Amino acid sequence: MPKSLFEKVWDAHVVEPEGATSPAVLYIDLHLVHEVTSPQAFSELDARGLKVRRPDRTFATLDHSIPTLRPDAQGNRPYVTKQAEIQVHTLEQNAAKNGVRLFGYDAENRGVVHVIGPEMGLTQPGYTVVCGDSHTSTHGAFGCIAFGIGTSEVGHVLATQCLAQRKPKTMRITVDGKLQPGVTGKDVALTVIATLGFSGGTGYALEYAGPVIEALDMEGRMTVCNLSIEAGARCGMIAPDAKTVEWLRGREYVPHGTAFDEAAKSWLALASDEGAQFDKEIRIDGSAIEPMATWGTSPDQGAAIVRGVPVADNEDQQRALKYMGFTGGEARSAEKVDVVFIGSCTNGRMADLRAAAAIFKGRKVAEGVRALVVPGSEWVRIEAEKEGLDKIFTEAGAEWRLPGCSMCIAMNGDFVLPGQLAVSTSNRNFEGRQGPGSRTVLASPATAAASAIAGHVADPRQFMALETA
Amino acid sequence: MSNQESNNSFSSRIVVLPEANIDTDQIIPARFLTTTTKAGLGKVAFNDWRYNADGSNKDFILNTIDPTEHRVLVAGNNLGCGSSREHAPWALMDYGFKAVISTEIADIFKSNSLKNGLLPVVVDKATYDKLLKNPQQRVTIDLESCALTLEDGTVFTFQVEEFARQCLLEGVDAMGWLQKRLPAIEAYEKANHKEAA
Repeated sequence: MPKSLFEKVWDAHVVEPEGATSPAVLYIDLHLVHEVTSPQAFSELDARGLKVRRPDRTFATLDHSIPTLRPDAQGNRPYVTKQAEIQVHTLEQNAAKNGVRLFGYDAENRGVVHVIGPEMGLTQPGYTVVCGDSHTSTHGAFGCIAFGIGTSEVGHVLATQCLAQRKPKTMRITVDGKLQPGVTGKDVALTVIATLGFSGGTGYALEYAGPVIEALDMEGRMTVCNLSIEAGARCGMIAPDAKTVEWLRGREYVPHGTAFDEAAKSWLALASDEGAQFDKEIRIDGSAIEPMATWGTSPDQGAAIVRGVPVADNEDQQRALKYMGFTGGEARSAEKVDVVFIGSCTNGRMADLRAAAAIFKGRKVAEGVRALVVPGSEWVRIEAEKEGLDKIFTEAGAEWRLPGCSMCIAMNGDFVLPGQLAVSTSNRNFEGRQGPGSRTVLASPATAAASAIAGHVADPRQFMALETA
Repeated sequence: MSNQESNNSFSSRIVVLPEANIDTDQIIPARFLTTTTKAGLGKVAFNDWRYNADGSNKDFILNTIDPTEHRVLVAGNNLGCGSSREHAPWALMDYGFKAVISTEIADIFKSNSLKNGLLPVVVDKATYDKLLKNPQQRVTIDLESCALTLEDGTVFTFQVEEFARQCLLEGVDAMGWLQKRLPAIEAYEKANHKEAA
């Protein structure tokens, strides 16, 4: 019986199969923990007199509530509130007490949880990966079943290394053709979400396939999988290929030497078999995708920038346009930008920063626009500084920060003021997501940079020297 | 609420928020997530819909009702989408809600709600329309029979994942259930070379 990628990974992790009245017991290979969704889980363990069962499969980092500004001369960090500081210390204490490795403030590997997992090779093809964060789907780019869980489930995994789970349905999304120059993984992701709709993926594990997905680099694939949750899907996955193997080679936690080659062989065997069955199949013409930007208050409300804002055809769309202060039919260039944010687990990697820097280089951020560039991890920060990207950003007039979730979730003191319009490379444009009353347009790093330069929502291709095919 | 009523069978008036895609950022904005406990989040449930920047009340339904009388939230399609934060059901329960009703409820939110005893009830469009038509009505929810009874006598049978339903009815928790499976988990680790190094 031919099997899909999802089925191969799922079947290899079933401790007990599901029955009519009981879910499957699913083994978890990698559990990533951060400060916001874990304190109550650790408290629950304490209350039951339990310890973390597999500290060797549990890794913690600080990302959501930590300041991205440098500490003062005395080493004090500019926490937004005392409570945020306590939350960070709580994770430090819980990790120490349970023997969990924490990538703390001064660790070279600290960063946004979905950036550092792959970066260190903690994320490996064929793994089950969970974290108390909905964008855990990111790790599916490596052929993992990776999904976000709630705090109760964080406790379950800490205590037993397993989760009680029902098997989702599967959907394959094939993106055909070839991307036009200037079109990125983020534009593919926003197109997929716009196609499926906000809840079109509910109950499904997605597998992305086809020539456009194969041609994406690993960073682009992570961006696509990262946004699977924005269509309601449980997780998104891409079959490991030679690109996956080369990207992982030599990283800290992957096997080394001949063991790596053996592992690589098993990773490549994970691809869906010819004839594998999916509960649903969707095809998208990748050649027709153009740089995208959202115009509403949910990630599926996006459209090609060159086409302008669509005219609302239902109440939800009208409500979204009203909140955004946009008018159906207007050109995107009419939308004056106050803030540009480049970073997050969606687009805070080296490839993202390079794409933004290519637009910023030799140009200036428009007057009145605040541009914030936040690397996804310490490794990204160090690497970007080696390449001189930080100079390009600061010379253009953008701020260069320390790694963290920052303005994506706006709980660390970095936020957009009421009424301001932000073009953001992050994952959510919900009402008030980037601060009370903030208005968010989601876009790729190139589009965000182009919008910073232009001072309005802009198609990045006007700043690119594009080769004509 | 009478003393005979339990979490698994109760009557209550409804509160209707007909907006679709109410995400967990609306239910509890991220800046309130720096807490390290579950308690007291009810006061910030729907914070930005309830309060002005100066802390005064907005013209919003949750400011006009008695939470002890209105324990069932009826919301538009795709309720609870977005972040995996379990603070969302914690906040709704702390406010006073015992059940949420929608035509579609997001995956992680549904799972988080069930683990805390906030009952997610997915109804069809016809039932939803009847709830909206009489937003003052009292409904009865019974988990044993999976029945939602409207004021006009309509009975809608909803579905709840059976394991979660049994956990709620028997007061068993999934952590305990998983812990009982530790021998099988250890055997799995051994067979798959996943023991601790």
